[in-house]
Amino acid sequence: MSSTETQPEDTPIDHRTDLLRQMLRIRRFEERCAELYSASKIRGFLHLYVGEEAVAVGVTHALSEDDALVSTYRDHGHALARGVPMDAVMAEMYGKATGCSRGRGGSMHLFDVRRRFYGGNAIVAGGLPLSVGLALGDVMSGRRRVSACFFGDGAVAEGEFHECLNLAALWQLPVLFCCENNLYAMGTALNQAQAVTDLALRASSYGLTSWPVDGMDVIAVAEAAQRAVEGVRAGAGPCFLELRTYRFRAHSMYDPDRYRDKEEIERWKQRDPIDGLAADLRAHGELTDDELSGIEEGIKKELDQAVAMAETAPVEPVEDLTRFVYAERPR
Amino acid sequence: MRELRYCEAISEAIVQCMAEDPSIFVAGEGVDDPVGTHGTTKEATRLFGRSRVLDLPNSENACAGVAVGAAAQGMRPLVVYTRQDFMFLAMDAVVNLAAKWRYMYGNKGGVPVVTRAVVGRGWGQGATHSQSLHSVFGHFPGLYVATPASPADAKGLLVQALRLDTPTVLVENRGLYQLTGPVPEEAVPIPFGRGRIARHGSDVTVVAASLMVHEAERAADLLAGQGIGVEVIDIRSIRPLDETIVCESVARTGRLVVADTSWARYGFSAEVAAVVAENLPGALRKPVRRLTLPDCPAPVSMPLEQAFHPNAGRIVEACLDLLDGGEVELSAFDDVASGVVGPY
Ligand SMILES: Cc1ncc(C[n+]2csc(CCOP(=O)(O)OP(=O)(O)O)c2C)c(N)n1
Ligand SMILES: [Mg+2]
Repeated sequence: MSSTETQPEDTPIDHRTDLLRQMLRIRRFEERCAELYSASKIRGFLHLYVGEEAVAVGVTHALSEDDALVSTYRDHGHALARGVPMDAVMAEMYGKATGCSRGRGGSMHLFDVRRRFYGGNAIVAGGLPLSVGLALGDVMSGRRRVSACFFGDGAVAEGEFHECLNLAALWQLPVLFCCENNLYAMGTALNQAQAVTDLALRASSYGLTSWPVDGMDVIAVAEAAQRAVEGVRAGAGPCFLELRTYRFRAHSMYDPDRYRDKEEIERWKQRDPIDGLAADLRAHGELTDDELSGIEEGIKKELDQAVAMAETAPVEPVEDLTRFVYAERPR
Repeated sequence: MRELRYCEAISEAIVQCMAEDPSIFVAGEGVDDPVGTHGTTKEATRLFGRSRVLDLPNSENACAGVAVGAAAQGMRPLVVYTRQDFMFLAMDAVVNLAAKWRYMYGNKGGVPVVTRAVVGRGWGQGATHSQSLHSVFGHFPGLYVATPASPADAKGLLVQALRLDTPTVLVENRGLYQLTGPVPEEAVPIPFGRGRIARHGSDVTVVAASLMVHEAERAADLLAGQGIGVEVIDIRSIRPLDETIVCESVARTGRLVVADTSWARYGFSAEVAAVVAENLPGALRKPVRRLTLPDCPAPVSMPLEQAFHPNAGRIVEACLDLLDGGEVELSAFDDVASGVVGPY
């Protein structure tokens, strides 16, 4: 799914340039969110995805509109790549009634059932069983759809991870497990949490097809995801991708990030997925400076509009505080 | 007496107890991080190293059971949860094993797993990261549940937990970590099941736990200016529950408000109301008032969230209502928790 709300489906746009545009769109969105957070326009939690954009963009590129996606608390990039409109995401960050979760869920609980985006999930590994259930529902009702699930390396430590991989393999369910291995779960390094740090190998021990992917290369991610989705959709059983990536910023706005050394962060920044692709496109004459500033301008316009709309959007009336705890009518 | 911040009082309790008892170890996600769980585990990491301050992977379910196993053969795990919400993954070991161990296995020893769980509210933390679950844990026989409101109690109740032979859950509201107050230098335990009268008054009793004690005190201060005497009871531990202090106060005042950060149904406030109904039929001149969360999850939206959390202003209203006391200007103070802003 490479199109977004504001990008009409039929715009003839080069495939690689579009991937670049989508990554930039996420990057700029989050940079703006960080500013808005400092200005206390956005409150609560803010987990930025900066550095990991190739993962969301590459994986969602391989999914079709019919497929389902389950996310984490680091969900802005997933939602935007999936096509949740930017103004609905921004309004949710602001806690406004026009937000994709009515302003009730906030940054960690983006949701859009129309795009089969089954939610940011603030509990580590909480999304895995959900994706297995979505896939089970599809199989039971005879639909050929894929359920994809993002989760971090930290989720591998949870029991649910292991239970879910087993269930999906046992029942041969159409699940695409996408592990975003950014080497840290908050301040805990992967090798402080796992005896075996080769996560693709771990997954294969449950009987899943699995392989590691360079998560800093959006083309590599898109191709791997394409191959994985084809297999899953064809009924070959679940698949596991270990997407090796890195977050450039702290875990959240609260985290002073004193557990990683600066050199390590700098080394990874050299592999910025956006810079890398832009340089490559330029080298091949597929992208000019003008085209790049055109892309930037388009994003800025969309972003400015999303912020302006969020600023003036209404909040939910206080009288509705206890509404929708229960269904108001039968299904 | 010298003053400490609430977080420093906890840190001091941990360090002193670890020095005197080598079987105590700290375990939790990020406890060895330079920030050290709001500063409470930093000193322990510095003094005792990572062999006694264990960073846990995101394995709450298994680790809760691991703590029970370690405790079964003489260790004293102090398990730390950065959010009490994550304890739902630890429920099986805490509830099905730790709470039942002594009874179910015929009194062959206890499993003194001590749990510290951080709770928070406000500033958009949302539905899954701001729940105060003391009422949930208070439901189970076999557990102690403490809710320290002051720096002195944060230290004394933790010391007590680390010396008993019963699994204990201590609930720490993050809004209190920077609060300062007098704290004894020595590791002096404060017994569970003994509440404290935080403010004396003869017109209405307000029973509260943790953060709500401070909201109740603010309400009491304001009403004192109107000539209304509010007795504030800091319950300190909700299990065991000091029924005596509640009943004696209500017998004097004849009016009861319970202020709590958990839901009303089957919660701490329901329990206090039941205790009064069972022990003092006829003592209340007006029906009990419960100030709790409305019956819904926590919203992120700012106006909804402001309407969600009970605060001093609402305690004042409830007291005035019970006393037919009319209205009072409330703008004089803010919600205690409104001082707690992110970042998160
Ligand atoms: C069950 C549970 N335990 C702990 C937390 C606190 N927590 C939030 S994010 C996080 C780290 C998860 O790391 P990872 O899965 O690698 O994802 P990343 O943040 O790196 O994207 C932790 C421990 C939580 N949200 N849920
Ligand atoms: Mg990670």
